[in-house]
Amino acid sequence: MTTNYLKLQFYSLPRNQAFARDAVAAFCLELNPTLADLSDVKTAVSEAVTNCTVHAYKGNLGIVTIECEIEDNSLHIKVSDTGRGIADVTKAIQPFYTSAPSDERSGMGFTIMQTFMDEFNVNSIQGEGTVVYMTKCFKAEVENA
Amino acid sequence: MKVTGFVKDKTLYIALSGEMDECSSQEARTKCDKLIEDNLSVSKIIINLADVAFMDSTGIGFLIGRYKKASRLALPLYITKPNFAADKILNLSGIYSLIPKAE
Repeated sequence: MTTNYLKLQFYSLPRNQAFARDAVAAFCLELNPTLADLSDVKTAVSEAVTNCTVHAYKGNLGIVTIECEIEDNSLHIKVSDTGRGIADVTKAIQPFYTSAPSDERSGMGFTIMQTFMDEFNVNSIQGEGTVVYMTKCFKAEVENA
Repeated sequence: MKVTGFVKDKTLYIALSGEMDECSSQEARTKCDKLIEDNLSVSKIIINLADVAFMDSTGIGFLIGRYKKASRLALPLYITKPNFAADKILNLSGIYSLIPKAE
């Protein structure tokens, strides 16, 4: 059962990347995450939001939507855009694949999301946009004896 | 993102401080490259990440870019003191095989 919900919408401005990851991190504090788990969430959100700015909207202004749900000890995150979409998702999520090698891009964004989160999925339709789903499961709180 | 540097014993020490993401990386690139270009007489470069509070995959791209630049100048590049989270990303990327960790 969903016990808390957050929806954020903002312009795909580079300066909103820090705001977005910090907001999601603040939202999941009620799950008592470890610093390592919190850092994983921040990094994964930063990757997803950066993709919206850099790839989906290619520097043009667009709307990025982040929805978060807390369910038991899990945080579900959905990051969506209405940008140009990904032609080949299987190729895009391969480690080191980048569509913009000249820009010093590492091609590790999706790999980081996949590695740092417990569940990860991408849906994309060319010309309509991309949705990234990620879930982080936090360990249940241990009661101090 | 703050970038500072100094030279000691023919080594260029570059310290980064702040959050490294797509937004802040461009400025860091420019400042870092200027430090390298201004100190061509050194024999190696060490980038100190101790004060980088946050880093995403932009950091990997940034470091590979500086590695390419240093390689063109035949200067070995090292990374020192990444925090736990930065170290996790750098390990995942395999970057330490190109830019080893210095003590």
